Amino acid sequence: MSGRVIATFAAGGLFGVGLVIAGMTEPRNVIGFLDFFGHWQPRLIAVMGGAVAVHAGLVALIVRAAGARTARLLPPRNNRIDRSLVVGSAIFGVGWGLSGYCPGPAIASLGSGARGAFVFVAAMIAGILAAGLVRSRAPGCETAAR
Amino acid sequence: MLSGLLGGAVIGAAATLYWVATGRTAGVSGILSAALREPQARNERLAFLAGLIAAGLLAALVSGPASANTTATPLLLVAGVLVGFGTRVGGGCTSGHGVCGVSRGSLASLVATATFIATGAATVAIASRILGAGGAP
Repeated sequence: MSGRVIATFAAGGLFGVGLVIAGMTEPRNVIGFLDFFGHWQPRLIAVMGGAVAVHAGLVALIVRAAGARTARLLPPRNNRIDRSLVVGSAIFGVGWGLSGYCPGPAIASLGSGARGAFVFVAAMIAGILAAGLVRSRAPGCETAAR
Repeated sequence: MLSGLLGGAVIGAAATLYWVATGRTAGVSGILSAALREPQARNERLAFLAGLIAAGLLAALVSGPASANTTATPLLLVAGVLVGFGTRVGGGCTSGHGVCGVSRGSLASLVATATFIATGAATVAIASRILGAGGAP
């Protein structure tokens, strides 16, 4: 097994532990955050704020320490705001609000055996494959995540 | 709030580790999509997904079985398709846009994040009042 595979397994494990600590694997917490007109729970702001602060800070530190060699490892910063960005994100939000699951917590919930997670992930895979049929010209990897 | 901040910090560190190891953005929808559709670097992506599942398993072992998703199965199927389809058309999800993109100061990711929070909130408002679904009180 290559070092990269071990590192990405560790990254996935750490990511999942973070999701669990943050309460993101509990659908009611997510729905509570989205319930602006009901019993709003602001906790997700702390989750996103903590994640953004640490990720942005660490990336800045690493880029500064390693200089140009690592800087080019940064994925291209795609700032294109187009119809597919907005329409796709809007569709995602509807599914997120209906279920309280976004992709990370749903996949982590496969491991915890939460009822509903398997059905959701199977449907999500179908949706991903359907999107691939609709826009086969689009970049199909993480570089598409702007 | 404190557990949210701590969990978020761990997520941020994990996203950094994935980026350092691969040079790619740690967007979960993108990783899953690429693992399904692209032969190159498939093992790295599958390993990340396996790590996520292992974390869920660990959580269940430490703090007991996870609570079920209370959304009705037909709605859950629809929601899953919408999440899979929407994140691919929109180029990212809560991790790729909401954490990584926003961290890099991407205006597109900020627009995407604001959009999915807005439609998510509208959906919860409608679902909790009209359908009585979605688990909201």
